[in-house]
Amino acid sequence: MKVGRFLIYLFLILFAIFYLTPVYVLLTTSLKSFAEVNLKDMWNLPKSISFESFVQAWKGDPSRGLRGLSQNFLNSLYLVIPATILSAFLGSMNGYVLTKWKFKGANVIFPLILFGMFIPYQSILIPLVQTLQKIGLYGSIPGLIFVHVVYGIPITTLIFRNYYATIPSELIESAKIDGADFLGIYRKIVFPVSMPGFAVVMIWQFTSIWNDFLFGLVVAPNPAVQPITVALNNLAGSYFVEWNIQMAGALITALPPILVYIFLGKYFMRGLLAGSLSGT
Amino acid sequence: MQKDKLYSFLFLLPSIILIGIFVYGFIVWTGFISFTNWNDIFPDFSLVGFRNYIELFQNLRFQISMKNTLVFTFLFLISSLIIGFLLAVLLDQKIRVENIFRNIYLFPMAISFIVTGVVWRWILNPGTSGNPIGLNLIFDKLGLSFLKSGWYTDPKIGIKAVVIAAVWQMSGYVMAMYLAGIRGIPSELFEAAQVDGASTWKVYRYIVVPLLRPITLGAIIILGHISLKIFDLVVAMTGSGAGFSCDVPALFMYDTTFRGNHFAQGACIAIILLLLVGVLIIPYLTYSLRSEVKR
Repeated sequence: MKVGRFLIYLFLILFAIFYLTPVYVLLTTSLKSFAEVNLKDMWNLPKSISFESFVQAWKGDPSRGLRGLSQNFLNSLYLVIPATILSAFLGSMNGYVLTKWKFKGANVIFPLILFGMFIPYQSILIPLVQTLQKIGLYGSIPGLIFVHVVYGIPITTLIFRNYYATIPSELIESAKIDGADFLGIYRKIVFPVSMPGFAVVMIWQFTSIWNDFLFGLVVAPNPAVQPITVALNNLAGSYFVEWNIQMAGALITALPPILVYIFLGKYFMRGLLAGSLSGT
Repeated sequence: MQKDKLYSFLFLLPSIILIGIFVYGFIVWTGFISFTNWNDIFPDFSLVGFRNYIELFQNLRFQISMKNTLVFTFLFLISSLIIGFLLAVLLDQKIRVENIFRNIYLFPMAISFIVTGVVWRWILNPGTSGNPIGLNLIFDKLGLSFLKSGWYTDPKIGIKAVVIAAVWQMSGYVMAMYLAGIRGIPSELFEAAQVDGASTWKVYRYIVVPLLRPITLGAIIILGHISLKIFDLVVAMTGSGAGFSCDVPALFMYDTTFRGNHFAQGACIAIILLLLVGVLIIPYLTYSLRSEVKR
């Protein structure tokens, strides 16, 4: 029995090492100074901690044409915040109607909306670029915000629909009898209890929009408006950029979602499980 | 009452219009483009029938990328399901610091595929035979040199090396799904089985695994559609690789369309990708929404 327990822990620890190895590499490499970066010692701990590579990854180095990530970090923030808020509100509105004001055809409309979150976006990219060019949103942050709001509708609707399904319908019915109307019920009954739903949806949207790459790549080809994932890929793709700068850049890119995961992990989990359709 | 109906319709209307145009309208438009002659910068909407599709199926890069996707999806699914299930079962054995383990296994889910790709490209960088780096360097130090490999630079391995990074990122998600499932099984079932003298192995084999079937199905669908569409990770980690050994259709579509300006050809790839995902997703959506109505 004792041996069995020991083996279980051993196995769990070995896997923990597997998941943590990239973190170790990221941290040790990015904290080394340029003088200390040496391929042979890539697994060694840094002898002294240096933030040189973070400064370079953040500010860049114009003398050798290295673009820093600071502008792109801000771009990502500018686009993530409005897109997250807007898509959360759309999801809340849809969820409210689809659970509490079901109409004929609601059972057809919901799956049709939901399908939108599974499609490979390649199948809409060409018309998307054409359309954004026509309406003057191509290559801009508002354009990216718009795109993320539109393609965020399915998941935000799904999460709010599952969440509002837990509000007892009797509550709504009795409010109706008391003479409350559609907007009144939303404002006074549904919205005030929506905060956990908003937390799950906003954290989910924040993480997935921050981590998006494809839309950023295709919709924002101009470096000045590129989100951080696209800029990181460019940074890491240039052959003259040292590994410690690449790793520092990767850490900077990963930081906001990791902070969300650490501090709001409970809500992140619920979003994950909602995404698998197994309910919140 | 009439006014309420109108309002509820108005609430839903923006989403219906946006999804109608940006999902369904655009898919139809992409489908249309795939039958046209638009294969350079200037749009040319003269119809050419199935010519683009025929050419695509004869294209070597397309054949390789389709094969790669299937290999990738198969290996990625099998490994993630096995690892995720094992970790969930082991974590359910009253582990002391379960919370810490769970958080370690799951955190890669929060990270961008681009970050994952950048890090794993370095860890699996083989270096040179005289100066191995990354994992190869560790193998050397541990006296396991025979395990050294060219990883993604070896055309024989190619996309299979990307599977390692993808499993690193997503297997914790499967663990979380299974763990939630195991915790959802009523404890009376376990107790009854123990009273009957069933061994732990038998409890899992005959009670837990069958009860978790819907979760396995869900995990296959979720990982499957992510895997068929995989793009970011491949771009950041390897690109299309030597002899297209790391290529996938999503990347081929991007190169064809936005680098090569072969819009009709790119639209073809997109439609085939959509069909692949649709075959997986549509039956599942119908099934899970129907069983929801029954409940």
